[in-house]
Amino acid sequence: MSINIDDINSNILDVLKEIGNIGSGNAATALANMISKRVNMDVPQTRLLEFKDVSNLLGGEENPVVGIYFEMKGDVVGNIMFVLDLNSAKNLTEMLYSHDTDSDDLTEMDISALSEIGNIISSSYVNSLSELTGLKIKISVPSLSIDMAGAILSVPAIQFGHIGDHVLFVETKFEEGKREVIGNLFLIPEIQSFTKILNGLGVL
Amino acid sequence: MGVVIKVGMSDLNVLKAPGILTTLGLGSCVGIAIFDKRRKIAGLVHIMLPSSNEIKNNGNKAKFADTGIEVLIEEMIKLGANKRDCIAKIAGGSQMFTFNSNNDILKIGERNVKSAKEKLSQLMIPIVAEDTGGNFGRTIEFNSEDGTLFIKTIGHGVKTI
Repeated sequence: MSINIDDINSNILDVLKEIGNIGSGNAATALANMISKRVNMDVPQTRLLEFKDVSNLLGGEENPVVGIYFEMKGDVVGNIMFVLDLNSAKNLTEMLYSHDTDSDDLTEMDISALSEIGNIISSSYVNSLSELTGLKIKISVPSLSIDMAGAILSVPAIQFGHIGDHVLFVETKFEEGKREVIGNLFLIPEIQSFTKILNGLGVL
Repeated sequence: MGVVIKVGMSDLNVLKAPGILTTLGLGSCVGIAIFDKRRKIAGLVHIMLPSSNEIKNNGNKAKFADTGIEVLIEEMIKLGANKRDCIAKIAGGSQMFTFNSNNDILKIGERNVKSAKEKLSQLMIPIVAEDTGGNFGRTIEFNSEDGTLFIKTIGHGVKTI
């Protein structure tokens, strides 16, 4: 059976919200363990957006952002992408090093740290999805790119473009002290895998 | 001076001079700019996927290289353009992420460019300039006065083609 993402009903969206919720909770815990500090989390927003509105995310199409991209393998095939604006990326590295840095540029070390954090956060979501569906899912090593938001977001948009005219993503806000990180997670299963996930969740 | 019209993802627009058609932050998508130099009519389409034939849900014509270019030409003709006086410039089609595995999804930019070229050649519209490929995003501004295409990037300079 084929799925049209444009027709996702509120029942399915509710289940996907729950996955986002659990995944974000796991991610916040993993992040807190990593930096040995308390990390607060806002209730994540799971949203379905039209392509034309995607670019308004993350401060507009030309705003520089960090995209961390993974391949999913196993029972579910597809991709997962974690996107942060530069400010959030900087705050995230500062949380990790526990100090403020003067420079606005990301160093090699920052980029490597971001890849690793992206890996931990994405794994947290994948694990929650795996637990809820009973499907085995593995993720690849990350590939990181810093560029215009439009260009980075074109990657998940194109992949969703195969199944409709909307993009589905989870927006999560993490806070540690006065540092705030807003992360956007795009879960992009291939169409057969999407059906498999919804079946596994019992909403199809 | 004239208006500046923004063309979003899987969207298109046409314009009679003066004015600028722009699309911001092109990644693996491709911007196809067509210009009737004699009548100064410009059209720009921002396509996401190579072919409408590969996908069942293909109602959104501007999303695909094949149907997007067809509709763009139709809209330009409605404004008075003549296909024989049209030239094309294309930009975008980059690969934003790299993995060791041979994943077709990552090569979508390359396939978008190839499909756009095939469609333009079928319609006998010559491609006079292109700035495609690479691993970075592009913002493009298409000037309906002279058909120049201005390209901006982050860290890869600016150019006019």
